[in-house]
Order: sequence, then structure tokens, then C-alpha cells
Amino acid sequence: MDATATITKKGRAVKKHIWREVKKFKHIYIILAPTLLFYIVFRYAPMFGNVIAFQRFSITKGILGSKFVGLQNFKDFLTNYKFWELLRNTLNINFLGLVFAFPAPIILALLLNEVKRLRFKKTVQTITYVPHFISTVVVSSMILTFVASDGMINAIRQMFGGEKISFMTNSQYFYPIYIISDIWQHIGWGSIIYIAALSSVDQELYQAATIDGAGRWKQLLHVTLPGISQTIIILLIMRIGQMLSVGFEKIMLLYNPAIYETADVISTYVYRRGLLEGDYSFSAAVGMFNSIINFILLIAANFFSKKISDSGIW
Amino acid sequence: MMYKKGMGEHVFDSFNYLILSLLLVITLYPCYYVLVASVSNPVKIFASNGLLFYPKDFALYTYTEVFKSAPIWNGYKNTIIYVLSGGFISVSLTTTAAYALTRRGLPGKKTIMFLILFTMYFSGGLIPNYLVVKGLGLLDTPFAMIIPNAVTTFNLIITISYFRGLPYELEEAAKIDGANDYTVLFRIMLPLAKPIVAVISLYYMVSIWNGFFHALIYLNKRRLFPLQLILREILIKNDTASITTAQPDQAQAYAENVKYATIVVATVPILCVYPFLQRYFVKGVTIGAVKG
Repeated sequence: MDATATITKKGRAVKKHIWREVKKFKHIYIILAPTLLFYIVFRYAPMFGNVIAFQRFSITKGILGSKFVGLQNFKDFLTNYKFWELLRNTLNINFLGLVFAFPAPIILALLLNEVKRLRFKKTVQTITYVPHFISTVVVSSMILTFVASDGMINAIRQMFGGEKISFMTNSQYFYPIYIISDIWQHIGWGSIIYIAALSSVDQELYQAATIDGAGRWKQLLHVTLPGISQTIIILLIMRIGQMLSVGFEKIMLLYNPAIYETADVISTYVYRRGLLEGDYSFSAAVGMFNSIINFILLIAANFFSKKISDSGIW
Repeated sequence: MMYKKGMGEHVFDSFNYLILSLLLVITLYPCYYVLVASVSNPVKIFASNGLLFYPKDFALYTYTEVFKSAPIWNGYKNTIIYVLSGGFISVSLTTTAAYALTRRGLPGKKTIMFLILFTMYFSGGLIPNYLVVKGLGLLDTPFAMIIPNAVTTFNLIITISYFRGLPYELEEAAKIDGANDYTVLFRIMLPLAKPIVAVISLYYMVSIWNGFFHALIYLNKRRLFPLQLILREILIKNDTASITTAQPDQAQAYAENVKYATIVVATVPILCVYPFLQRYFVKGVTIGAVKG
């Protein structure tokens, strides 16, 4: 028998073996099929549907019949007068979120960790989780009524002798409103994961630190923070990976043309151009640009985290 | 533990309690304000500058207006239909897939897991998604609210990690006794997985209850609108005309307060069940954390 024959025979044997395995799991595949179908149709088909970003897509002609235009849509976006404004706003909102909204739950968890009265701790937790369950529409409308010219915020300002401010027509107030309300809504919920991580920090480390004469501040720096750093890093990477798409629903509900200058972001622009104006190909290209930047950021964040701290999400 | 607290410790503790108490006030006050404003006389609120601590001229006028509003009731009805049917489909897809993907030795498991996880970080985007839903003829049907986002990858992952922790010996024993894969799933695994089923049911149902964006892009017919989309019209786009029947000038004055009452009516159900279900909500996050 020559060598090739042995290999093909072996190959056949392996194939037969795999086939037998697959058959053994026939019913498992049947159970899995509906969910798999969901992912194929509603998650992967749209990914390939991005082909229209390279076309001049028309609904009547369909994907197969529409004309390919290469990178024209991307060029149109990059040279569009809105491009820099959208990119700047998107990065600004996300950067501010990273600096102010991301650490807030960590700080809350650390503060709660120092509370020795369990009743008080539980009360703070239960109450701060609540806003997370209020819908985006309701939260946005609460914000809008509070910052209205005769709303609560202006009433308080007047109480202290301040002037009324028209918050929603001045673009400079959009970021503070957006970020503060975000912290208000998610600080409690976001802290759960850190509280869980804190509870698994080895208690003996604290005793050892106390014996070494470390006060609470020193313990916080040298025991508590290193204990939850892994969790912080992983959540940070995941946050960076979703950076350009978070918060877009709330922005859509809050903004108005008077403050597009700071409030209009890539995703809201995609929505307006694509679904309100029906410019499918162009906005698909803009959306794809967004996803790709997002993905690059995620990979970069993971890469640096692995370099520096040896932990990452893969 | 008995140890003497230094001066610094006392200052630290006082500060800590102060900050946390302040956080409680900041969290609760906006909600309290909405509640109080909804039962007050709008003219009085307008006239009194500053904070609102108790109702001014207590009146339930706004609530009678909200309860008379047909769009709100219809929205409520639609939302409940979407929450129940969508919740059922989502939970079924998620638990069956989690069961299948935790079977030992399943060929192709790694590849499938990778492809599922990949969708968490890279998505097709708004427009292609819309075109798929449109292409399938789901636009302007209740299915558009249930099917296109039936499975959330995060929920699938926490379910998988829960199933992984279930004892394999039980399955083996059942198989030896002649049970097939379906019996194992429905008779053995699902009863054991009740806690995680509770967690993901809540997650799915809350997200359908609170969601407005999918309805906004997929639905045009008003009779199919879920509550949140009706709320958007009333609260964000200031279309209170559809729910107030008062005289024009009175309607103007009451418009803001009708909004507050609408917020209360739309939010109270979720906030009422929340305290009883809190531990399940929290559990989901911590299961996810173990996996992460």
C-alpha cells in the first residue's frame, strides 16, 4: 500500500468518525437550530448586508441588481461638512463618559464597602438601583421638564438669585446634562458588579495590612483596589468596545436641531439620513465606518491591557 | 472586631455617610418631584419658585385625564402583549441554546460559541438590520417587536455559564435510564435552571417594556404602538392634545402636569414589582461577572 492511499483511508476514517459524532448529537443540533437561525438571519445577514455601503442601493433593484460604486459612499462621508463635527461629538461624549460616568459606580462600590451598618448599605443599594429600571423615554422626558425654562433646575437657580438659563437651546449645556443624568441613572446598577468583586477580596489581606499598621486609606490603595482591578479592566475594555454606539437612544430623545453642534453623533446621523431620508447606501457606509472604528478601539484596548496588566477579554 | 478608632477614621466615616445620604436624596428627589407635581395645581407650581416638597392644591385632575386617554391604554395593552409573547420566545430560544451549547463533546461547539460572542463586538448596523426586517415582511407587524431582537448575547452567555455549573452526573444517570435529549432538557435541566430562567425572563421583559427604538423604526401603524412610543409622543414631542379634553387655556396650563401623571402611570408598575424581584436582577449581574 502506498502512502497516499493510507492518508486517504485515514482521512475517510476521520470523516466517518466525525459524522458518527454529529449523528450522535442530532437532537442537540435540532434543539440549537432555532437560535442558530436567529443569529444567521438577524446578526450575520445584516453584516453581509453591509455590501450596500459599496453600492448605490435602491430598494426596487435589490442588493443583486444595484450598481457598485466602490468606496464612493465612504469618500462622500469623509468629505462631508458634517464629518468632523460628528466625529468630534461622538468622541467627546464617549470620552467624557469614560472619565466621569465610568468611575462613578466604582467610587460608589468603594464607599459602600466601608459602610459597616448593613441596613444602611442595603437601603442605599436598593434605592440607587431604581433609576436603572426607568425607561429611556421617561428619563429623557424628566430631564427635559427639569431643565425647561420654568422647570425645577431654573426654579432652584432663581431661589439662589440666579438667572434663568435656556438649557436645551444652548449647545454648551448638552454634555453636562447628558453625563450627569447618565450617572444618576446607572451609578447604582453599575456598582453591583464591583460590590460582588469586592466581596471576594481575601479578608485576611485586610487583617495583615492592619497588623502592618496600614490605615483605611492605605488599605484601600494597597488591598481593595488591586483586588478589583481585574474587574475594572475588563469592564473598561468592554466599554471601549461599545464606545461609539452607547447612549444613542437617549441622545435621540434629548437633542434638537438648535444643539446639533454638540449633540449630533454618528449614530443619530445614520438614523436621520438612512431611515428618515431613505439614503440607505450612504448611511450604511457611515454605520460601517462607526462599527469598524469601534472594533479597532476594542482590539487596541485589549492589546494594551494585555501588555500592561496581562488581563484581557480574550 | 474591637479596635480603637482614630480621629481620622471618624472623619472618614462621617464623610462617607454624608455622601451616601446625599446620593439617596439626589436619586429619590426627582422621582418624588414628579409624583408631587402630578397631583398639584400647575399654576401654583409655576408661581412658587424653588423646590417642591408637598402637593400644592391637591387634585387628581391629571390622572382622570390620563386614564381617559385611549392611546395610553392601547399602548399598555400592546406592551403587555409584546412583553409576554416576546419574553416567552426569548427565554425559550436562550435556554434551549444554552442547554445545547453545554453538551460535552458537541462537534463545532467552539466555532459556534465564537460566532455568537463575535456579535457582541461587531454588528451589522442599523440600516442593514432594518433592510433584513423589511425584506422578511415583518415591518408593521407585532412580530417586528418580538423576533428581530429575540436573543441577547449577554443573556445567552449568563445562561450558558449557569448550565455549565449543573452536575453532569445527573444527565449521565438519566441517559443510562434511557432518557433522550429532550427529556434531559425538559425534565432535568430546566427545573434545575429555574433561578437563571427567572433572571433572564426579567431582563428580557424589562428591556421589551422599556424599549422604544425598535418600535420607532419598525412600526408605523399607531394601533400597534407600544406604551413607550405613545409616551414619546406625549412627553418628548409635547403632543398632549391627544390626551387632554380640557378647554384650550386650561389644557395649556395642565399640559406639563398631565406629563407628570403620565410618567407616574407608565413607571409605577415596574417600580412596584422591582423590590420583590431585586435579588434576581442582581444575581444576573454577578453570574455575568463570574464569566467575565
